[in-house]
Amino acid sequence: MAEKMLIDARGSFCPGPLMELIAKLKSGQVGDEFEVLSSDKGSAKDIPEWVEKAGHEMVESRQDKGVWHITVRKKR
Amino acid sequence: MKILIIGGGMGGTILANNLARRLSSEIKAGKVNLTMLSASDQHFYQPGLLYLAVGQMMPDELYRDQVSLLEPGIEFHVDPVTEFHLDDNQVKTQSDGTYDYDVLVVATGSRVNMEEIPGLAENAEMFYTEEGALKMLKSLREFEGGRVVVCVGVPHKCPMAPLEITFMMHDFFKVRGILDKVELYYTYPIGRTHSLENVAKWATPEFDQLGIKYETFFNMKEVDGKNKILRSEEGAEVQYDLLVTIPAHKGMEVIESQGLGKDGWVPIDRLRLNMEGRDNVFAIGDTTNLPISKAGSTAHFEAEALGENIASMVKIGQPTRDYDGKVFCFIEAGKDRATYASFDYLNPPDPKPPTRAVHWFKVAYNQMYWASARGLL
Repeated sequence: MAEKMLIDARGSFCPGPLMELIAKLKSGQVGDEFEVLSSDKGSAKDIPEWVEKAGHEMVESRQDKGVWHITVRKKR
Repeated sequence: MKILIIGGGMGGTILANNLARRLSSEIKAGKVNLTMLSASDQHFYQPGLLYLAVGQMMPDELYRDQVSLLEPGIEFHVDPVTEFHLDDNQVKTQSDGTYDYDVLVVATGSRVNMEEIPGLAENAEMFYTEEGALKMLKSLREFEGGRVVVCVGVPHKCPMAPLEITFMMHDFFKVRGILDKVELYYTYPIGRTHSLENVAKWATPEFDQLGIKYETFFNMKEVDGKNKILRSEEGAEVQYDLLVTIPAHKGMEVIESQGLGKDGWVPIDRLRLNMEGRDNVFAIGDTTNLPISKAGSTAHFEAEALGENIASMVKIGQPTRDYDGKVFCFIEAGKDRATYASFDYLNPPDPKPPTRAVHWFKVAYNQMYWASARGLL
């Protein structure tokens, strides 16, 4: 059964929100969703760019009180 | 009060020494018992492996007897933990020992995880173990030319290592006089040459100037050793003559098998460093699930904050400060130059241009580390 996982990457300059997502996504199952919290506005561009290249799916990207909430579904 | 520290690496050792000094009178009076359990009687300076791989340090420079680094008052046993019974405030060990605690600190570190990429372990060089670093040195010395591909797993220990080993190999081949026969090809998992934007802004033109090629958005998928091809999750492939990897890491097996955390990473509060749902269990260093660098300096600064808090809990019944996410990383930049990145949860790094002075300070720190482990630096 698909799960939803929260990745709190606020304040993560290194390795950074995208790298945290890649690491967690690797050990997830196809269909799992990962919601990344990021305080870096660059994530709103970096994460969708990688998600498209890697063949996964963007579910949502929104900003709330200075924090980006970006949700990705593992597709393969 | 019984304080039990699991792990004799950088974080565990700095914490134990910090506590032994802060609580020396309580330990002498028998009010506090401070115990460390480790898997080895040796303390291993892991950052030295980078230098071992290019012949700039020797293995015996990387080890000290663990006992020689510990303050008096610390009870030390080589007896790895095999079972955690957190509800009973108790651990069991390989020798069938049982240790009770009031406060537990898990600092068991991480391990190389190459198995998940087919063909990687058999075909790539890596320097994250002594054996691996010495094998890599031999390969670098015997290499006669061709394409050297650097590939990076996620998550990995020491985020600066991919850049550092690339610059250091450039120097190595230059000194050997074969640089004109070598093509360095750097790959990286995200869309720039380093996760830190400011570091990438500095490193990319350095690569261009040195003729180092690079490909971003490259996450290893498999290695075809027969045809010497590395393939990526993103659908790219690159031919190599020598493959050097910064391997992905996992937490220790006992952490995973005992249910303390997925992939061996203990989930903790980013400020107090306590395990989620536990007030008397803490984790520091590589062991944690925090989204910050797995690096010695992280373990060091976490150990200092936690040492202060555990000591104040003993003395006044409450912690005094939060861990602010502080990390400090040297960055070897080749040509006897280095720079550094210093940052925390709120302040991004702003690395300055590399200098010889910072490189020589790093070389000096490789020797001064032992004072750092003792908690003196």
